[in-house]
Amino acid sequence: MSALLEVNDLKKHFPVRSGRFGFGAAWLRAVDGVSLHVDRGETLALVGESGCGKSTVGRAILRLFDITAGQVVLDGRRIDDLPADAMRPLRRRMQAVFQDPFSSLNPRMRVRDIVAEPMRNFALATTRREINQRINVLMDKVRLPRDAVGRWPHEFSGGQRQRIGIARALAAEPDLIVCDEAVSALDVSVKAQIVNLLDDLQQELGLALLFISHDLAIVEHMTHRVAVMYLGKIVEVAPKRNIFAAPRHPYTRALLSAVPVPEPGAARQRIILKGDVPSPINPPAGCRFHTRCPYVFERCRTEEPELRLTGDGRHFAACHLNDLPPAENPMTSAIVAD
Amino acid sequence: MALLEVENLQVHFRTLDGVTRAVDGVSFHVNEGETLAVVGESGCGKSVTAMSILRLVPEPPGRIAGSIRFQGRELLTLSDREMRGIRGNDISMVFQEPMTSLNPVLTVGRQIRETLRLHQGLDNKAATARAVEMLALVGIPDPRQCVRQFPHQLSGGMRQRVMIAIALACNPKLLVADEPTTALDVTIQAQVLGLMQELKRRVGAAIVLITHDLGVVAEVAERVMVMYAGHKVEEAPVAELFRAPLHPYTQGLLGAVPKLGSSLTGAQTRLAEIPGQVPDLKLRIEGCVFAGRCALATDLCRAIAPALEAKAQRHFAACHFAPRAAAAA
Repeated sequence: MSALLEVNDLKKHFPVRSGRFGFGAAWLRAVDGVSLHVDRGETLALVGESGCGKSTVGRAILRLFDITAGQVVLDGRRIDDLPADAMRPLRRRMQAVFQDPFSSLNPRMRVRDIVAEPMRNFALATTRREINQRINVLMDKVRLPRDAVGRWPHEFSGGQRQRIGIARALAAEPDLIVCDEAVSALDVSVKAQIVNLLDDLQQELGLALLFISHDLAIVEHMTHRVAVMYLGKIVEVAPKRNIFAAPRHPYTRALLSAVPVPEPGAARQRIILKGDVPSPINPPAGCRFHTRCPYVFERCRTEEPELRLTGDGRHFAACHLNDLPPAENPMTSAIVAD
Repeated sequence: MALLEVENLQVHFRTLDGVTRAVDGVSFHVNEGETLAVVGESGCGKSVTAMSILRLVPEPPGRIAGSIRFQGRELLTLSDREMRGIRGNDISMVFQEPMTSLNPVLTVGRQIRETLRLHQGLDNKAATARAVEMLALVGIPDPRQCVRQFPHQLSGGMRQRVMIAIALACNPKLLVADEPTTALDVTIQAQVLGLMQELKRRVGAAIVLITHDLGVVAEVAERVMVMYAGHKVEEAPVAELFRAPLHPYTQGLLGAVPKLGSSLTGAQTRLAEIPGQVPDLKLRIEGCVFAGRCALATDLCRAIAPALEAKAQRHFAACHFAPRAAAAA
């Protein structure tokens, strides 16, 4: 079966002005060669810290801007070079849920109109009766009271607004939803509600999700596969279990070990990374992580590691350490104890 | 005597459509050198509690009542001038947003020197030397360079280190940290939490840590107080709270947190939800504040607010149904 979404060597560089009066333009390499795929009904989580380019990947897939290089293929059809009118019907198949439920809903539209807009745009329902019927079904799906449709966004709490956002995404009957930090702004108890809701909807409707997040614990809870990004590149991608049991990239290991665990006195080995993420305007030569990597050696400074299959069938990592014999590879012990 | 004693703290805000009871009768204490975590979700009053310790709540529209005693001295009746002598000197604060809490048009050095000159009367030269020393202490790689830089030239993690350096410059006895790592990435959060722990050991300051992240609590706190809708619903030593939470809200909160490594142990289950949402603080709530979302709630809960009682040794909860351990007298 071919993948629903395929991204091949995607690049997105933004121009930044630098130097006096903007002469000497530089490029911010937000995404610098990312390849991934999402199968039907699958959740792929894209994780990384701020500025690693994960949101840019999401936006490039949704074609919210033109990309610098590479391909985005939806269901066997290349979409990154389509003209706007040919793109329009395909937009129905990819919807988005954004982070901030306060700014992603139009404050001057009632919930009914917010949710009905995609149906009207894509002519999924035309008569008022049909639209109302569909809206009712959607309200039930996202577990909002049906009478909420007559109210305005400001009358709802953050969690409820996120439900409205999800209903709007579902209204287009998409195959793929890009969730860009969709639960990050929510409180713990509400976050759990929305995570469970997304889980249920995926099972019920067979949706594919691209779940962009920085929260590894949430990701572990709801994804099938995980792709870890660092400074515009994917450094590791593998099924969930592999990532959490035996990560094969030092950055993934550091990221996992940095998550505070709600268990007092839990004895854990913590890898504390030194320094900050380098600038994507001028990324380091060789492996981009070499400036912060605890295991850096000569080869890392000059040669950029490729994302390659390591061990198990679907586990890819971009690290020179994986070329060493297992006895010399420092990434053998598990990070999260069983 | 505890370092800080807060009794029946009430912070109300007068707004156009009624009075918001942000904090409604909260009492707690902080011992010397102790880390107390205040946990709760947005709108539970944890930040307002923190701000009122330093009397940073704007009055009006805010109104603080109750008692806040620091080293036996009542803070609420001090004059503004006396209060300024305490802020930044005896009690200092680290805010959540390192972007907005530093002055963008002053160099880092000048912002640290300001505290030192005001409170310790150091001259410019001595203050600069101390600023460099503080920046080195918080792990800034090139402190001499950093004192000349402006906040926008630093990354988020570095700015938060600068904030901590300013807060600790006068060796305060109490540090109030309001979500100090929430705006930071996990790897940077790990650095900053490690730093706070280490500085606490060296400087010996007590910390009131305001956070919504139970992982952070488990890592750094000694005692925890859980707040909900302006009330304190539970308080216990950290291990006890995570092992045997007594209040249904705390139990719900702990169940709602996904645990790292859950997919490996096979323990992965559906996250526990707390149905519904936080009540409107403008309406006076009869009975227990959590009754509207609680699975155990009965008519008793809806009518009579449960008092905060000792249910076990050093473990307090405000719930009619929380079991009382035999040890608690």
